[in-house]
Amino acid sequence: MALTDAQLERYQRHILLREIGGVGQRKLLDAKVLVIGAGGLGAPALLYLAAAGVGTLGIVDDDIVSLSNLQRQILYVTDEIGAPKAATAERRLSALNPDTAIETHAARLTAANAAEIIARYDLVLDGCDNFETRFAVSDACVALRKPLVSAAIGEFDGQIAVFRPDGKTLPCYRCFVAEAPEGAATCTDQGVVGALAGVVGTWAALEVVKEIVGFGESLAGRLVLFDGLSAETRKVRLRRDPECPVCRGLGAHA
Amino acid sequence: MTIEVTINGEPRGVEGPLTVADLLVLLGLTRGKVAVERNLEIVPRSTYEAVAVVDGDRFEIVRFIGGG
Repeated sequence: MALTDAQLERYQRHILLREIGGVGQRKLLDAKVLVIGAGGLGAPALLYLAAAGVGTLGIVDDDIVSLSNLQRQILYVTDEIGAPKAATAERRLSALNPDTAIETHAARLTAANAAEIIARYDLVLDGCDNFETRFAVSDACVALRKPLVSAAIGEFDGQIAVFRPDGKTLPCYRCFVAEAPEGAATCTDQGVVGALAGVVGTWAALEVVKEIVGFGESLAGRLVLFDGLSAETRKVRLRRDPECPVCRGLGAHA
Repeated sequence: MTIEVTINGEPRGVEGPLTVADLLVLLGLTRGKVAVERNLEIVPRSTYEAVAVVDGDRFEIVRFIGGG
């Protein structure tokens, strides 16, 4: 379907890029992206993905907006304290861009419901705040062959990776993280500078756009480590673990 | 023989021969609780016994973070 005059104007700065153009913008408008967690990472990612014209944005979050969220979760305003995040995000994002259809899942994603929720999307951005959910998201993405853009923060550090396991060389999340570290700290009990969540969540949104449109270097098989204290980033190779219990069997069926 | 490596940016001599698995023990780290980056590559966990530490290796111990 051709872009309307309003779309040509709204997405002009995308269309001007040779790497995106009208064809890439069409891909964004046709894309269905699921964002896990509408918190520190999800908030900026959702804003940029809606602004970019991603056609369908699913939001998984069962939380309500609290006062201490507002230091970094820039989707929400003070008047919205006590309101459900998913529905509040839907209002804000729909107002930002009517091209984007928002689907809310006001539930906690678990191993039991992950596949059902993820199945109808093309790609998943995980910005949740705990390892248990990260494992459930990744395992479902491996089983359903969905690309996963994974972002995480802790104190001054950020980690961003793209997982497209192929059973050959490219890893899944479990090839990297075997188990939650002891006393796994999350943002609930750990400090974080709000702007770090902005950097990492926004970076994840950029990788989503790259994966959908298909330009630049994919982070599949790579891990970006961002150190907010030194302002240094390191991009390291991430290989498939031949003994990974989750993606080991993929090659055989591919 | 002493093998000269860098661990988290600090030069360090370790007694060889040793593998990445031995290095984790030496550092008092539990396999699976951290990732081991060697020369800008995360070493797959199941291969720790098979990867020899050699002179000049640069290691970073990467902590898992899961916040959002």
